Amino acid sequence: MTPVPSNPVPSNTVPSNTVLTPVLTAHWDEPDSFTLAGYRRAGGYQALPRALAMPPDDIIAMVKESGLRGRGGAGFPTGMKWGFIPQGDGKPHYLVVNADESEPGTCKDIPTMLASPHSLVEGAIIAACAIRANQAFIYVRGEVLHVIRRLHHAVAEAYEAGYLGANILGSGFDLDIVVHAGAGAYECGEETALLDSLEGYRGQPRLKPPFPAIEGLYACPTVVNNVESIASVPYIVARGAAAFAALGTEKSKGFGIFSLSGHVTTPGQYEAPLGVTLRELLSLAGGVRAGHQLKFWTPGGSSTPIFTDEHLDVRLDFESVGAAGSMLGTRALQIFDETTCVVRATLRWMEFYKHESCGKCTPCREGTYWIVQLLDSLERGEGSEADLDKLLDICDNILGRAFCPFGDGAVSPVVSSIKYFRDEFIEHSKRGGCPFDPAASTLRGGSQGSSPGANTAGGSWRSSAR
Amino acid sequence: MAFTEQQRADLTAQAAEIIARYPKPRSALLPLLHLVQAAEGFVSAGGIAFCAGQLGLSEAEVTAVVSFYTMYKRRPVGEYHVGVCTNTLCAIMGGDAIHAELRSHLGVEADEATPDGKLSLERIECNAGCDYAPVVMVNWEFFDDQTPESARKLVDGLRAGDDITPTRGASRLVTWREAARILAGYPDDQATTGHTAGQPTLAGLRIARENGWTPDEPPLPAADDGGRS
Repeated sequence: MTPVPSNPVPSNTVPSNTVLTPVLTAHWDEPDSFTLAGYRRAGGYQALPRALAMPPDDIIAMVKESGLRGRGGAGFPTGMKWGFIPQGDGKPHYLVVNADESEPGTCKDIPTMLASPHSLVEGAIIAACAIRANQAFIYVRGEVLHVIRRLHHAVAEAYEAGYLGANILGSGFDLDIVVHAGAGAYECGEETALLDSLEGYRGQPRLKPPFPAIEGLYACPTVVNNVESIASVPYIVARGAAAFAALGTEKSKGFGIFSLSGHVTTPGQYEAPLGVTLRELLSLAGGVRAGHQLKFWTPGGSSTPIFTDEHLDVRLDFESVGAAGSMLGTRALQIFDETTCVVRATLRWMEFYKHESCGKCTPCREGTYWIVQLLDSLERGEGSEADLDKLLDICDNILGRAFCPFGDGAVSPVVSSIKYFRDEFIEHSKRGGCPFDPAASTLRGGSQGSSPGANTAGGSWRSSAR
Repeated sequence: MAFTEQQRADLTAQAAEIIARYPKPRSALLPLLHLVQAAEGFVSAGGIAFCAGQLGLSEAEVTAVVSFYTMYKRRPVGEYHVGVCTNTLCAIMGGDAIHAELRSHLGVEADEATPDGKLSLERIECNAGCDYAPVVMVNWEFFDDQTPESARKLVDGLRAGDDITPTRGASRLVTWREAARILAGYPDDQATTGHTAGQPTLAGLRIARENGWTPDEPPLPAADDGGRS
């Protein structure tokens, strides 16, 4: 690890050691990367015949040995999940790919499916073979039309090439894949809510246990995996578990796509071994936008507690981020500089959780509603310090008491922003308004600098109608 | 709204195809709702009754599903439905200003069509394009890196019938109803057109290429080793 100075973040020093390891992203700059021909040219579909020639349990063992952990946020070991599927039970098994990427800040699966849908299809065939599923579904959020076209196209090409359908490549293994478009509901990213949605119901979570591996889709054994998890499988099969495990840290192995967004000079997708730091990634991305400093950031989407410039050197792996008080989540690194009002940011995240709460359980449905009201009044400068305690009390009544992880995620921005920026909340109350100029934090607004007290523009942008 | 006899016959045939994709018929409900939305531009009482009839469900059961998902509209929206991301990151990067600009420019409330039926406006949640913030969607195609000015120009162009192409999407922007048909599982012929990866998508790859960084890969095994190396 290159030694790096403390703040401010260096803007133009590229480390000499290898920081980025493009695997999934390696061929995305080919104009036809999304086609079967383009994917094959990049080495695609070489893992499939190997997998089909292996006993399915050996594929599961290989994925276990690689150390691959779920890339959708929770980080559960993928091979272990596959291993939970009962065998010889006489029931149909299902593979469901969770392509409902909706966690705020998360933007890795959509570019993956746009540029390389075949990496997902090849991974899905291998995964289905491993768990003995003859039917797979790709549940993709509906709001990404061109991605949906590309998925349909890739699946159709795979059928034509004999990679899908009956007796795949003469192996005797049959698999059908259906591309299923959702209809707009964040909650469907939760695996059991996704299954309810795929069964044609409102997307609300189920009580666990039973876990999907025992009673999933249509009460049959089901694996639900994130897009990036599945797309990583061909590499493991083609190159071997050891090659994957050689990257990353002891308990967080392999590569992952890190998505930088917000107040950063060069936002985008950066594929690196798990354990890379934000400081290293920012140094490659040109640092925080010119003339500004890092204020706060999310390590893995809005449901992971925020970090500040104190955490630039936290290794972005499951263990280190957890030990530092947050979660690796989806590696959605949303960067906010000093022009950003943390109260406003938190309010907007909470408006999202309120809007998307599925309504099934009371703590989440009611709690998010009350949090928004309190934050709204605090942001307008009409709150008091006592409201912060009330907010934390409400959060305490959601955390661990909600039906699914949504509730725990929803309180993350509130609790963490009060932890690091309590004074800024109080400042709003003292001033009777927001001390920030929202124009200064916009894409083109950074150069004008912030003008404290100029909150009139912010006032006119506020919109209560949802 | 009632379907014509021809419409009903077409829809029934397509519904049968959709239902046949799934092990259990009810799984076809979401695509069927996209299908009736494609036919009428929104999910009408007639559309709900149609879906209920195809699946042997009550209209109440179908309505309960419709009301859960934000992409199903219960009244007509515009031929071009504009979604402005106002989740935190896009909001701060300019999404709030873009939404305010479009709302006053178009003079419509959420999900309400302009009098000419051309446009409607919605605040959307994170659409997974954060590295291109602020993001605006039109009929669920990406229009990246927007400003209030560019977004205003965009909607004026849509209204004038100009040739508008997404910044990351197919080469021809489809209408709201055409988009709904794709969502029902009937893709058009545009999969191979348009964009694959914009600058942010390739940001890390470019740097890795410039520096010669790759994962230290063992060579791919020869194809004829029986898959056992």
